[in-house]
Amino acid sequence: MVKQGKSMIAEWLTGLGRITLLAQEAFTSLFTFKVAWRDLLYQVYFIGVKSQSVVLITGAFTGMVLGAQTYFQFHKVKMDTATLAVVAVSMCSELGPVLTGLMVAGRVGAAIAAEVGTMRVTEQIDALRTLATHPVDYLVVPRLVALFGAMPLLTAESIAVGIGSGYLVGVYLLGIDPVYLWANMLRYTASSDVVIGLIKSFVFGGIVALIGCYKGMYCGEGAEGVGRATTEAVVFSSITILITNFFLTMSLGQVLHPT
Amino acid sequence: MNAGGQGGKPVLEVRELRKSFGTNLILDGVNFRIEKGESVVIIGRSGGGKSVLLKHLIGLLTPDSGQVFIDGQDIVPMNERQLIAVRHKFGMLFQGAALFDSMTVAENVAFAFRRDRSLPENEVRQKVAEVLEMVDLPGTENKKPSELSGGMRKRVGLARAIIYKPEIVLYDEPTTGLDPIVSDSIDQLIARVRDRLDVTSVVVTHDMRSARRLGQRILMLHNKKIYVTGTADEIFKSQDPVVRRFVEGVAESKEEFF
Repeated sequence: MVKQGKSMIAEWLTGLGRITLLAQEAFTSLFTFKVAWRDLLYQVYFIGVKSQSVVLITGAFTGMVLGAQTYFQFHKVKMDTATLAVVAVSMCSELGPVLTGLMVAGRVGAAIAAEVGTMRVTEQIDALRTLATHPVDYLVVPRLVALFGAMPLLTAESIAVGIGSGYLVGVYLLGIDPVYLWANMLRYTASSDVVIGLIKSFVFGGIVALIGCYKGMYCGEGAEGVGRATTEAVVFSSITILITNFFLTMSLGQVLHPT
Repeated sequence: MNAGGQGGKPVLEVRELRKSFGTNLILDGVNFRIEKGESVVIIGRSGGGKSVLLKHLIGLLTPDSGQVFIDGQDIVPMNERQLIAVRHKFGMLFQGAALFDSMTVAENVAFAFRRDRSLPENEVRQKVAEVLEMVDLPGTENKKPSELSGGMRKRVGLARAIIYKPEIVLYDEPTTGLDPIVSDSIDQLIARVRDRLDVTSVVVTHDMRSARRLGQRILMLHNKKIYVTGTADEIFKSQDPVVRRFVEGVAESKEEFF
C-alpha cells in the first residue's frame, strides 16, 4: 500500500515535471521559432472553426436554462427584470469560459492526444527528429498558438449566444419586460466580467494544448496506450480547468473587482 | 580478425555504451567505430538491442553511460536542439518506414525541404521526382502512405531519408517482414544509394542474406556486447560456435528459450 502510494506520488511528480519542461520548451520555441503558417492555419481551422457548433450549442442552452431557472427563483421575490443580469455575469466570468474549456478539452484535447500519441507509437515522432525537426516546434507550437487564439474567440461567441438566448427565453417565453431586462443587464455587468472570462479562456486554451500534447508525446505502447492517453488528456485537462478556474476567480476577482 | 578502424578519423564511434530499460539491461559496454564511406551491417538476435543501438547513434535514445562520437563530437550530452545540427548529417529508414500518414508521398519525401524552406517549390518538386525515380517509385507523388504496400513504404521512407544527401544513412531492419524478392530489391536499392551518394551506411538486420550482400564489415551483437567484427567472408567462414549458429540459423538448446 505504502509502496504503491509512493510510486503514485513519484509518477505524478514526474508527470508534473515533464509537462513543465514541455511548457518551457514550447514557450521558448514560441518566441524564437519561425511560424509554419500552413500548419498553424490548419490547426486554427480544426481547433477554432470546427469547434464552433459544439461551443455554440453549449452556450445557447446554458444561457436558456440559466435564464429560466433564475426567473423561477427571482419571480418569487419580484425581481424578474434582474434575470438577464445574472445570466450575463455568470456567462461572462464563469460558465462561458469553463463550459467552452470543457467542450474544447473533450473535442480538441482528445484529438490532439490521439493524433500525437499515434505518431509516437508508429515512430513518426522519431522520424520527425531524424529529419532534424524538433517535435515541439512542429507538433506543440502550432496547436498551442491555435488554442491561445481560438479559445477567447470561442468563449466570446458562447457568452454572446448564451446571453442572447437567455434574453429570448426571458422575453418571449417568460414574458419579462424587455426594456428593463436589458437595462438591468447593462447596469450590473461590468466590462471586467468580460475581461475575466477572456483571460480565463486564454489560460484554459493553454491547458488543453499542453496536456493534450504531453499525453500524446509520452503515451504508452500500442492501441491501448493511445486509448489511455486520449482518456487521460480529457480527464486531466477538464479537472485542471475546473481547479484553475477557482483560483483564477479568486485572484482575478481581487485584481479586477477591488472591494 | 579486424577490430575495425585503423588509420583515418572515424565518422562514428561508440565507446562503452550502456543502456537499460528499467531493470532490463540491453547494452553492456558496446564499442565500435565506423570509417567514412564504410558499409557496416550489425547483426544479432531479435530483441538483442540492435535497434536500440542504432537509435543511440542518432540521439533518439540517451545511454545510461558511454559516449557516441559523430565526426569527433560527443552527442550524448547534447539536448534536443543541439542535436538538430548533428541530425542534418543523418538519414534514417525505420523498421515500419514511419511515414507521416496524414501527408502524401510527395509531402513525406519533401519534408526536410518543407521545414527548411530554402529551396523554391518547383526545384523541390523536381528533386522529389528524381529521388522517387531512384527508389523505383516514379509517379506515386499523390498517393497516401495507406495506399502503399510494405515494400513501397520502405522505399518512400528511404527516399525521404536520402533526398537531402546525408553523409550517414541508418537502416533499421530494412528487409524485415518483406518477401525474399522485395527484400532483394530493397538490398539492391541500399547498395545503389551507397554507391551513388557515397554515404556511410549502417544497417541493422537479422537477415543473413542481406547482411552478406550489404556488409563490407559485419559486427555481431551478442550478449549485450559486440561479440565479433569482421568482413562478410570472415564472418561466414568463422568457426566460432556462436557465430556459426547465427549464420546457419540453428537454435540453441531449449534452456535458452524456456
